[in-house]
Amino acid sequence: MHLERIINLLLVIVLSPLIFGIINRTKAIFAGRTGQPLLQSYYDLWKLFNKGAVYSQTTSWVFRLGPIVGLAVVFATATLVPLGRLPAVIAFDGDIILFAYLFGLMRFFTVISALDTGSAFEGMGASREVMFSALAEPAFLIGLAAISAQRHSLSLTGMFTGADTAFGAYILPVQLLVSFSIFIVFLAENSRIPVDDPNTHLELTMIHEVMVLDNSGPDFGFITYSSALKMWLLGAVLVGVLVPSNGNVWIDMSLSVVSIFVLAVLVGIVESSMARLKLLRVPQLLLIANALSILALILVLR
Amino acid sequence: MQDILSVSAYNGKAIDLQEIPQVSITQFRTTIIDAVESGCRIASLFAMFSKADKRQLYVVLASDDEDKLYILSAEVNDSYPSITVDCPQAHLFEREIAEQWAIKPVGHPWLKPVRFHQPYRDVPDIWGRGENEEILPSVMEFYHSDGEEIHEVAVGPVHAGIIEPGHFRFQCHGEDVLNLEISLGFQHRGIEQSLIGGPNKKTLHYMETLAGDTTVGHSTAYCQILESLAGCSISHYAQTVRGIALELERLANHAGDLGALAGDVGFLPTASFCGRIRGDFLNMTALICGNRFGRGLIRPGGVGFELNSEISEQLCARLRQEEKDLAVAVNLLWNTPSVMARFEKTGTISAELCGQLGLVGVVARACGIECDTRLNFPLGMFQFAHIPVSTWHTGDVFARAYVRWLEIQKSIAFILDQIKLCPQGKVKTDIASMGPNKFCVSLVEGWRGEICHIGITDSDGVLCHYKITDPSFHNWSGLAIALRDEQISDFPLCNKSFNLSYCGHDL
Repeated sequence: MHLERIINLLLVIVLSPLIFGIINRTKAIFAGRTGQPLLQSYYDLWKLFNKGAVYSQTTSWVFRLGPIVGLAVVFATATLVPLGRLPAVIAFDGDIILFAYLFGLMRFFTVISALDTGSAFEGMGASREVMFSALAEPAFLIGLAAISAQRHSLSLTGMFTGADTAFGAYILPVQLLVSFSIFIVFLAENSRIPVDDPNTHLELTMIHEVMVLDNSGPDFGFITYSSALKMWLLGAVLVGVLVPSNGNVWIDMSLSVVSIFVLAVLVGIVESSMARLKLLRVPQLLLIANALSILALILVLR
Repeated sequence: MQDILSVSAYNGKAIDLQEIPQVSITQFRTTIIDAVESGCRIASLFAMFSKADKRQLYVVLASDDEDKLYILSAEVNDSYPSITVDCPQAHLFEREIAEQWAIKPVGHPWLKPVRFHQPYRDVPDIWGRGENEEILPSVMEFYHSDGEEIHEVAVGPVHAGIIEPGHFRFQCHGEDVLNLEISLGFQHRGIEQSLIGGPNKKTLHYMETLAGDTTVGHSTAYCQILESLAGCSISHYAQTVRGIALELERLANHAGDLGALAGDVGFLPTASFCGRIRGDFLNMTALICGNRFGRGLIRPGGVGFELNSEISEQLCARLRQEEKDLAVAVNLLWNTPSVMARFEKTGTISAELCGQLGLVGVVARACGIECDTRLNFPLGMFQFAHIPVSTWHTGDVFARAYVRWLEIQKSIAFILDQIKLCPQGKVKTDIASMGPNKFCVSLVEGWRGEICHIGITDSDGVLCHYKITDPSFHNWSGLAIALRDEQISDFPLCNKSFNLSYCGHDL
């Protein structure tokens, strides 16, 4: 049992930056380019960790604390998420709530360290991030509540590794509705198109990127690595909701890892085929996610 | 008014300085206001100082309805009643005159420096800055709003895309922009002043790099001035090559802009393909003259390179291929709802506002105004072959993008026609020296819009004044107005849809 928990944690730590590589490769293929190497994000992280950091004179210790707390929190979150039928390191009733609010804590520190710079851009980014995540959070929690009710468990490990995860136990509409809702939350939380554009250089349009404009070197490496981990973890939840288990722990594990990579390809396809939403329209998209989650919950409780 | 404006001038035709109607400053002012009210545009308004300390204001009014140019002149003292009060489109010209010559337009509602330099004559400037004081760009009073929920965002001068420097101040209420003030001048090089006493060997190179992306446009305008001041004409062949080069420049920039617009809304396919196709168009210019931006191609008296049949054939083949590729990439924009949702009703300018501000080029045509120098004031190739004017009526980002696409199609057709009909002729003729005491206006429809050059010679037949008005000079205020009540997150998109030049404005 312990081996499985540790393997789960190792997979998160080692494989998560690969998601960026897969998204970028998908986008490159759509654009008719060769694209950067699949492992580019590992090289980038290595480069950032070997650099010095530059700090603006207007910032305080809050600014320096942000990236470190962010990474620490996301590591803590990683101990709560199962993968396929590999259980999480820690599991207890109600760890769903802790999961959601650890991400909340991470966001809080990103936001205050952005506000600490005193820059107008970062202030705007922080206000956008807070507003959108306030709308994404209920969609995520209600969606998980539906799954929790369906699978009779209040912990992520219980929900995703129990006996109800076989295809036979699926209430297909619920699985699909929640998956779609969490997919929207996944795009919003990881600042992907159509909510945010991770590639833009235009600071006035950014949401997440603009909050970390002043970070450099290892700090920025922490932030990049945290966002890779966050993406993997949210992806693992989405995969847990949608992908049925088959009985064999190792087959389930491989299937889940492949599913997360398929999710990355899907994100790349979305980014290659549509434009970003107007900022005012983003709340409407998140409200759709809320509606889908509520519908799923009603279907389960009916 | 009719009497004063009875003398009409022609694009690229030199006239004697004495022929220009001289009026009093009061009459000068009312004539401009009346003319603009009845549909004229200020193509250029500037002051000239002669050696005898005689200050002279000149205005070139363009009537797009009558296809006529009117020139008027008046003597001024150190101040005069501002024209801007009754004619908003004069505002930047008056600020420019005030900064360059310390002539104060009394009552100007927005009298701030334009390019941040000392006046050209030896007097204190009108803002009371000391003679030896270092003048830094963007150091001035900005318009600002107060209130609990109002915040100010300052962008630049270092641009996020590391293009050219400019400073933008937004007054915002949450995500809404109340006001945008644009302050330029970081690229001021003093080109106009350095041309006095010319032309010399450097002049042409200054013209080619006035605005790097409009090399052909500006160098054509300059060459037309030299040729007409010298009373020479160039061969039909050279005119054809110039026309082709101008349209190639338009193609490259329009294709690049459409790609960049797609990139700004995060729409990958068009962004990637148009980026490549822009390069292909630039390479076509390089095929003719060896330089992607057309440097060395336009020369006084003709062109610097020959367009032989081998190059022509290759050009035709490449153009046909690009036309197909571009149609696929660009039509994807109009067929993607998420892109259209971003483009439509963003950064709208009404036709009325456009007329008041005197906007030109793609921006004006996107407001439904039919103004195109190639049609209204044709010179060179465009006297013999017309390109239909492309307009759209909505005045938003979509309109500016769509007009670009319409123009791309028409320019490709034009080039293919001209290559087919291209006559034989002299590549370059020698031009004589310039006549004394002449005044010449030269207008060229660059890819952004109307480029206006004015050359004036003194009694020795050398340039004693040279005035350049890049289309950006007219249009920057349009961008500021388009942003009112828009989302601040839509600024980059609006900015790209105008795609104005910083160095063309700063000179």
